[in-house]
Amino acid sequence: MALEEIVQRCQDLYDDLDFEAVRRWKEAGENRKAIGHMPVYVPRELIHAAGMLPVGILGGGDQLDVIHGDAYYQSYICRIPRSTIELAVTNKLDCLDGMLFPSTCDVIRNLSGMWQLKFQDKLIRYFDVPQNFDLDVGGVFYTRELQSLRDSLAELAGREISDDDIRASIDLYNKNRQAIAELYAYRSAEPWQAPTPEVYLLMRAGMNLPVEEHTRLIHDYLRAAKEVDRPVRDNCRIVINGLFCEQPPLGLLKSIELAGCYVVDDDFMLVARWLLHDVPLDGDPIKRLSDAFITYSSETSCKYVPDKKLKGKFLIDSVRRNAAEGVIFASPSFCDPALLDRPMLQSALAAQGIPYTAFKFAENSGQMQPIREQAGTFADSIKLWSAA
Amino acid sequence: MNTSVKQQPDVQKEESMVLQKAMISANFDALATAHEDGKKISSTFVPGNLNELLMCFDFVRNLPEINALQAAMRKKSGAYIMEAERSGQSEDVCTYVKSDLGMMAKGQVGPTGRPLPTPDLLLLSYTGCFTFMKWFELVRDQYDCETAMLHVPYQADGKITKNMRDFVVMQLKDHVIPTLERVSGVKFDIDRLRGYLKESAKAEEDLVWVLKSAKNRPSPIDAYFGGVYYCGPIFSAFRGSKGATDYYRALRNEVAERVDAGLGPLTPEGILENERIRLVVEGPPNWTHFRDFWKMFYDEGVVVVASSYTKVGGVYDYGFRHDPQHPLESLADYCLGCYTNHSLPARVDMLCGYMDEYQADGFLNNSIKSCNSFSAGQLLMLREIEERTGKPAGFIETDLVDPRYFSTANVKNRLESYFQMIEQKKARGGTRTAA
Repeated sequence: MALEEIVQRCQDLYDDLDFEAVRRWKEAGENRKAIGHMPVYVPRELIHAAGMLPVGILGGGDQLDVIHGDAYYQSYICRIPRSTIELAVTNKLDCLDGMLFPSTCDVIRNLSGMWQLKFQDKLIRYFDVPQNFDLDVGGVFYTRELQSLRDSLAELAGREISDDDIRASIDLYNKNRQAIAELYAYRSAEPWQAPTPEVYLLMRAGMNLPVEEHTRLIHDYLRAAKEVDRPVRDNCRIVINGLFCEQPPLGLLKSIELAGCYVVDDDFMLVARWLLHDVPLDGDPIKRLSDAFITYSSETSCKYVPDKKLKGKFLIDSVRRNAAEGVIFASPSFCDPALLDRPMLQSALAAQGIPYTAFKFAENSGQMQPIREQAGTFADSIKLWSAA
Repeated sequence: MNTSVKQQPDVQKEESMVLQKAMISANFDALATAHEDGKKISSTFVPGNLNELLMCFDFVRNLPEINALQAAMRKKSGAYIMEAERSGQSEDVCTYVKSDLGMMAKGQVGPTGRPLPTPDLLLLSYTGCFTFMKWFELVRDQYDCETAMLHVPYQADGKITKNMRDFVVMQLKDHVIPTLERVSGVKFDIDRLRGYLKESAKAEEDLVWVLKSAKNRPSPIDAYFGGVYYCGPIFSAFRGSKGATDYYRALRNEVAERVDAGLGPLTPEGILENERIRLVVEGPPNWTHFRDFWKMFYDEGVVVVASSYTKVGGVYDYGFRHDPQHPLESLADYCLGCYTNHSLPARVDMLCGYMDEYQADGFLNNSIKSCNSFSAGQLLMLREIEERTGKPAGFIETDLVDPRYFSTANVKNRLESYFQMIEQKKARGGTRTAA
């Protein structure tokens, strides 16, 4: 498949607010079920092992008219829950047989209760993950939570989910994580060849395609991207941070690149990159998933950092690993986790002499000019400092 | 209307209020001199606080939310918040956090004007609110002290599971208690904990009696504005102490006298004589204009007969008591049971129950800009409660400790309209609306 075709396919999936791809997948087999999940992390392997399609629900973006959703929220609540409610009350999510709400923040947590009040015929689960990272404490709790989720999914599927089912799914998601790692490494090495708006669309496609298909799509993209020759710009290299839940408009990512910044690492669709290594296929698969979460998972504002000295290290490591020259904090308005985390991360960056800039956005932000100017000024200042 | 020039009458107080004021002042004094006195200080949050456990290690207890609300009542929080915003905190985030950080930046002087020394331990019992986690990371960033983290799972399905309880107990045993021992130098004595829990249960019994007294007509208490005073000791540094037990016995006696005399609640301007409207209120109060806010209710003969805020530091009116026979499990159940750790359906059930049990005429939601834990979902809760009870619901917006988010005229206007609507419905011979 040619590069343009791949990107267009991803764009079509991104634009599809009726989840037609999910509907088609369900219609293609008997008694197929799809389970939605909010950001940041749920173990999609378990959903897959139940024979179901995990579907990432990331709000309505900037193309959805939020009419009903605003009636559910005060003006000072972020945008993603109101557009998600809008999707639900306008029946765009009726293809889903269940929803998982991970322990991301108070708003996503309470959204689980709103679902319980409004959509009682669906499987609805708040999915708690531990903030204690001791295998014998948080690990035990999490293993039991995973087992409980497995039981709920098995009940909905009407069949047992065997250990081998889970191992097979882990294997597929390991391959998907490897493909994504390859994609990110390629973009980091040659960011002009894999522009971030394209990488973003490719990652978004993984939110409603079967994992096997998504892995193939990434490999296809990498092959196709390597065949084209794109101009190298005199951009600076930046890591973008804060996009782990409410999603930026695509125009925001395009604006940042147009303003002179190559994004070499990011934190969107972390569900696909949460586990930092392959999950072993031997032993008890539930325990393996649990251990992976506890011992080698990603870091974001929703996760407690037990050691004060390590606060910000994950971000700094990303800057160093990707030879980035600065960090752009793009935080959703009214996002307590991102906005409260930001000053601590900024202070950690400052201690390392890493430049940063920050702004807020909403998923329906329309005016990109101020963002382009800010990102452009940031890029210019990095270039000037580098020259000095 | 310029209320600031209006002469305030002398505030009327009962013995229990004087007692409580003395307890709070004594705690701030103890904090100020703790290090000179050879004591260690712990900072911890109200919901899910482990006061009895901390007492076992002789910690003097500091509660940042209490400092923030006390600062707000003394008109100091606005400057603290702006100081925190100048230092890089977003205007969008929780003002309790910013008041605390601003207070630290401005020299760490407590609300009573006495210094608040650096804590020796941050005990983060993370119950019902994710922002707590970020708050303590921010505070930890400023201090060089140990942090103990207790993750309390959310009661998403309206019940405490064995896994949740085991997880909390495991953390207490493996992490929290060893850290408290190490920092304090005091060995854990479970019998000492049992003794404190026994005291807690006595105080809880009396508190519940006081809260349930609002079922009387007229209600002898205001369960929101008065309620926050009643909950003060049990939500903060005193639960488990003899002082708290004595306070709740004194309070119960005062309220019993009012019940016997058929009197209404005590307001800052005296006993409320004509109870016109009975309300259930959801959400925390505003602290910056607390007295003005309360006056908007009692001037109209409005009494709050039950509130959710008085359950934020522990839900006791459904039977939970700290249990000396199962000390750690009981602490776990307490933490898991705090109001904002309940799911939205459970909160709706609780509030509908209050509407019925306390014969309320309406349901009012004070939505707090700072507090997503309370506020996200409240508009749906309001609709559900209105639909289920058939009684009129009202909605106002204020903030905890940011004076910029309290618009006196707007709030008063909305409340007056709401009270009129309730009166009209009552005059039409009932409050049930068509389904």
